Amino acid sequence: MHPQSHSAKRLITGFILALALTLIPFAAVWTMAFPVELTFGIIALCALVQVGVHLHYFLGIDSRTPIENVLAMSFAGVLIFLMVGGTLWIMFDLYERMM
Amino acid sequence: MNTYSPKTTGSPGPTEETLDIRDLGFWLYLMTDAIIFSLLFATYVVMFQNTATGPLPIEVFDIKHVFGETVFLLFSSVTFGFASLASVREHKSQAVFWLIVTIVLGLGFISLEVVEFVGMIQSGAGPQTSGFLTAFFTLVGTHGAHVSLGMIGILVMIFQILIKGLTSPVKSRLHRLGMFWHFLDIVWIGIFSIVYMPGWLI
Repeated sequence: MHPQSHSAKRLITGFILALALTLIPFAAVWTMAFPVELTFGIIALCALVQVGVHLHYFLGIDSRTPIENVLAMSFAGVLIFLMVGGTLWIMFDLYERMM
Repeated sequence: MNTYSPKTTGSPGPTEETLDIRDLGFWLYLMTDAIIFSLLFATYVVMFQNTATGPLPIEVFDIKHVFGETVFLLFSSVTFGFASLASVREHKSQAVFWLIVTIVLGLGFISLEVVEFVGMIQSGAGPQTSGFLTAFFTLVGTHGAHVSLGMIGILVMIFQILIKGLTSPVKSRLHRLGMFWHFLDIVWIGIFSIVYMPGWLI
């Protein structure tokens, strides 16, 4: 519990950023103003940045976060990369071969 | 590294160190939950095109509905943040007020989701219709179940604050519940970006 990580200013900043990063992809999908590939790019970019915004401004992840928490998160990231990446690789490869 | 030393008998309650270790333990739980969700996402992506004779994603997803759910959950994350802030600053009634606001927003989210699920099932797009819908209901339903459990947690915390006051164990529990709630909002970013939006585009 880091009292300095709990400030109204930080929450409001996070909220405004998160709201903008939510509105951009919804607007892109709603209006269909861009080609589909570009829209996918916008969605992916906004989602990744928004995850970072939530981790930093809401969950309070920063340079003062204990190293154990960062290690646990990195390890989960490696597991997710291996399992999700492996699943998609194998399943879509199978799908191609069945065509 | 935190080292845990057993407290001597007769001490008034858990030490700051014990509470830090509980935070770490809860963080480890959240990481395992993230792995569960990411594999449900992988399953969904694999099953996305397997609509069999059932409806296509674009026929069952309503953008206004999903936007409403997103707004409810995002606002509830911020109001929980204000509750945490009030508890750190020892403002008991403010903490309870913001938790009540959070639970109302959470109820708004869950009721929209239930309306969506019931509507889909009644129109013949239930989880048994196709692989795509099975994966959809499993992923989004698991998230909804987490949010429902989180709301029970918020209700329990409201009563703990009212009855026990803002003691250090109560504040520590509220902090961990906040981690859980913010984590669920992160999972929802994945749901609207990976589940709903590609459904409207493809």
